[in-house]
Amino acid sequence: MDARVVPAGDAAWLVELPERIDPVVNARAIDIASRVTRARLPFVRDVVVGYRSVMVYVDPMADGAGTIESRLRSILGEPTEDTCARGASVEVPVCYDGVFGLDLADVAAYARCDVGEVIERHLAVEYRVFVVGFVPGFAYMAPVDPRIAAPRRSSPRLKVPRGSVAIAAGQTGIYPAETPGGWNLIGRTPLRPYAPDRSEPFMFRAGDRVRFRRINESEYRATSEWGDA
Amino acid sequence: VTDALLVARAGMLTTVQDCGRWGYQGVGVPVAGPMDWYSHALANRLVGNAPNAAALEVTLIGPELIVEGQVVCAMAGADFEVTIDGGVLPAHQPFTARGGSRVRIGARRAGARASLAVRGGFDVPLTFGSRATHLVSRMGPFDGRALRAGDRLPIGSADQESIGDAGTPLEMPRGGARVRVVPAPHRERFTDEAWRALTSARFIVTPQSDRMGYRLEGPVLAHVRGADILSEAMPIGAMQVPSSGQPILLMADRQTTGGYATIANVITADLPLAGQLAPGDWIEFSACTHGDAIGALRARHASLAGART
Repeated sequence: MDARVVPAGDAAWLVELPERIDPVVNARAIDIASRVTRARLPFVRDVVVGYRSVMVYVDPMADGAGTIESRLRSILGEPTEDTCARGASVEVPVCYDGVFGLDLADVAAYARCDVGEVIERHLAVEYRVFVVGFVPGFAYMAPVDPRIAAPRRSSPRLKVPRGSVAIAAGQTGIYPAETPGGWNLIGRTPLRPYAPDRSEPFMFRAGDRVRFRRINESEYRATSEWGDA
Repeated sequence: VTDALLVARAGMLTTVQDCGRWGYQGVGVPVAGPMDWYSHALANRLVGNAPNAAALEVTLIGPELIVEGQVVCAMAGADFEVTIDGGVLPAHQPFTARGGSRVRIGARRAGARASLAVRGGFDVPLTFGSRATHLVSRMGPFDGRALRAGDRLPIGSADQESIGDAGTPLEMPRGGARVRVVPAPHRERFTDEAWRALTSARFIVTPQSDRMGYRLEGPVLAHVRGADILSEAMPIGAMQVPSSGQPILLMADRQTTGGYATIANVITADLPLAGQLAPGDWIEFSACTHGDAIGALRARHASLAGART
């Protein structure tokens, strides 16, 4: 797989892989990131996976930092295997009913189908977490069925309720906190993607495979971790 | 009685910051940290702390603090009027404040942000290994919010580290700053005219600017094939350009990832200058090489350690 190693400023290096949303490319990025992490290079401060990239943050003043480019090139030369299916399998309950599916009608209008079909098509796919970013615990998942892949809303909401399950531009995701957001809200999960008080605070890692399961409003109320029951 | 500072008046935006929350960006946790890393390190150095000790970052209008016990403090960064029980204190020098005295940090005269360090550092809880405040994700001490009246900041015990030679203070920008940039990984997604405009025109820091980033106003920077990229990690200092063509300079509280092409990166050595700008100030960019950037950073560290330039 083609790879390019370029500086991103003077305190980070970027490994760029082919520019497409592709589980094989993303799995390679995750594999490179874990190899960099395992090398325990003392001048590396953080490693972040993108859809098709790996950002390696360094302390440029630390001993050995000047060797990062050659270290990355040698890691790229190591033999690899297919790691697409290595991520954890995660099931996420979603209530699509009532106020939770605020934008379902808009997505249905985009898809020229009824709301029920939008939900079915959202439930039918196993998604891959390509990237975790934006805010703590937000997972960018794909692929969304092209029929329901509505674009971002023309004007973002100032406050998206936490737990909102949303789609935009071929991706689906869950808002872990109340933030501004421009995606279409189609449901809500009772589970917290980021819970600082949990032994594992983060529900998602890049590479995880995610399925949504439909629940009704009373199941949502009975299991909500948001304190809105 | 433990030593502490009690917030009597919070000022415009006062937050606890250390060198940032590193190692968790892969799960979306932002770094945060000081807007001016140099002055943060210098203030800590003046009181004998390691650079990563937690200090206060004060913005434009400073807080008023009541001392409990006895503390050794120092300010670095923006030029503020600082008084203790009414007596004016010189900048960039450690001072001892005793129980009951009031440290009042007034309005800034130059620059935008100063770091107030205390010997021993602020002993607030760690979140993912850091005491930095990230306002948007509400992470860090005091539930990740800015300080308000009534907050009490306990002070840690100082180790035996001796106070080093005082470094050279950063020269504060007055009305604007010229900073150096290197081309970003997406430079080729922009026209050559865009690069020339970036490195020759004057941009203004708009009111839509904060610790996350500065929205700049200036000539339109044109893309070759659209502004959107597949989301990837964004370093501090990256200049994202959405389809409007108006760049956003990403600062300390930036999100971990972004979806717009970046044209350039402000070099680490010059981030402190950028961090001292306020809305309405101008900013200009000059191109340098990666080697120049590393050399400039080395020079900054030498000046922090007391070398005269």
